[in-house]
Amino acid sequence: MLEISGLSKDFSGFLALSDVNLSVREGERHAVIGPNGAGKSTLFNAISGYLKPTTGRVHLSGNDITGEKPHTLVRRGMGRSFQRVNIFPDLTVHENVQAALLAHHKRMFDLFTPGAKLYRDETNAIIEQVGLSEEAARVSGTLAYGKQKQLEFALSLATDPKILLLDEPTAGMSPRETMEILALIKRIQEARGLTLVFTEHDMEFVFAIADRLTVLVQGTPLATGSPEEVRDNEDVQRVYLGGHGAA
Amino acid sequence: MSAARTSLLVGVLMTAVFAAVPFFFGDYGVYLGAEILIYILFALAFNLMLGQGGLVSFGHAAYFAIASYAVAILLTTYSWPLLPAFVVAVALSCAAAVVIGALCVRLTAIYFAMLTLAFSQLVWAIAFKWNAVTGGDEGFVGVSVPQYLAEPTGFFYFALAIVAVCAVLLWLITHSAFGRILRATKENPRRAEFLGINVRRIRLVTFVISGTFTGVAGALFAIFNRAVFVESAWWTKSAEVLVMTILGGVGSFFGPALGATVLILLDRLITEFTQYWPTVLAIILIAVLFFLPNGLIGAFRRGRSTGAGDA
Repeated sequence: MLEISGLSKDFSGFLALSDVNLSVREGERHAVIGPNGAGKSTLFNAISGYLKPTTGRVHLSGNDITGEKPHTLVRRGMGRSFQRVNIFPDLTVHENVQAALLAHHKRMFDLFTPGAKLYRDETNAIIEQVGLSEEAARVSGTLAYGKQKQLEFALSLATDPKILLLDEPTAGMSPRETMEILALIKRIQEARGLTLVFTEHDMEFVFAIADRLTVLVQGTPLATGSPEEVRDNEDVQRVYLGGHGAA
Repeated sequence: MSAARTSLLVGVLMTAVFAAVPFFFGDYGVYLGAEILIYILFALAFNLMLGQGGLVSFGHAAYFAIASYAVAILLTTYSWPLLPAFVVAVALSCAAAVVIGALCVRLTAIYFAMLTLAFSQLVWAIAFKWNAVTGGDEGFVGVSVPQYLAEPTGFFYFALAIVAVCAVLLWLITHSAFGRILRATKENPRRAEFLGINVRRIRLVTFVISGTFTGVAGALFAIFNRAVFVESAWWTKSAEVLVMTILGGVGSFFGPALGATVLILLDRLITEFTQYWPTVLAIILIAVLFFLPNGLIGAFRRGRSTGAGDA
């Protein structure tokens, strides 16, 4: 589904990614792990159109999407969420999700249809799916952090993605919030048959959810495989997991 | 729903109040009322960009002046009838907004504002130098207008009708699907991109709509004033509409209309007593910015001050 070949990103001399090859199969939950500064976020930005890769190609469902802008990639079925909360803080939860749906249904240049009532049911369905029904009328910037991440996830879902890139979905969350979002992501991924690519620090989370892992070290993939394979890989143990198991 | 109903009520009330002006005031009142109406439209058009889109234009005088000059020249120099002259004048402002907007939306924030300013100064320079057509620094005086618009009350109702129709259109646009998307791009353009929204395109469309309605105000003003002066393209004109909008309140649809009304009335009132109007204006502005962050209209309203949902 997603094929990355020979991808590099050079930040004026600093090679953040070098020769990354990665292949994600349809419907799988693929984790990209690695120490801080390994290039995980850069990789996501290069795939999702926020950064232009220096060399290499990215293919999505057979189409070359290298260097395409985010708004066209979304139309091709690529959704993404962000490490830091990235929502519309002055809009209510309902207005947030509705704006995403208006975009998805290409109502951007609809100048005269009153906007308030459009896609109300669809909006409510998505809000319910991520468990924010009680907060629907709240201004989203006033929500607790975990709830804002749930909303962030809802925004990505509203674009009806085939593949979803989640950049550290549990960053900054309490253990309880982490377990909640874990259950949520798993449930929705299965219900929608989504392909999931995510980065994560929390190893428990990774091993609980991922079908396959890629370990990224200094901008290069060190190993790819099932969680067991990666856990048993000697290079990975030496470089990344070290002696202390769940780093 | 109540927000739309409130807006409708406010709009009908304002129209009724203006419609009654000629019955209670003399020629001067009618003259002043017409000027206020024109600036209300200017401020409402401007606020589509500032309040809804978060786009600070520092060069809206350009679209005002282009239509002003165009309607004056077409009516007078070429003796065109009113309707085609008006339509072509507004179309020219629209076209200018397309070209200038396409370049400006490539930049953001202060760079965007500076580029709009640069283009409007260019329009000013053309108006200033192109003596044969625009009258240069002496202005274009003696605009010929149809008989029924030469008379103050006739023009007043003409302006009221046009401004009311434009205000309805702007209200619909503000509260449309497009308007909601526009607010999203204002709050978080990066996230909007990742929802599949072409933020530049949205901003360009906003720019063009705003410039076009500003053109309507400019065309009206030339007919109202029967003269166009090069100052109408000068940057202070752009600053004036910015002040009106902030004074009234950027977060609400009708705020800028209130700002335009108050500013023009104060200007006339205070210049009668003192020559230090700019000083008084500065003090008022400082007071509003410190004590009424939602503008004058914020003092009348309660609840949250986000544009899309409310009046």
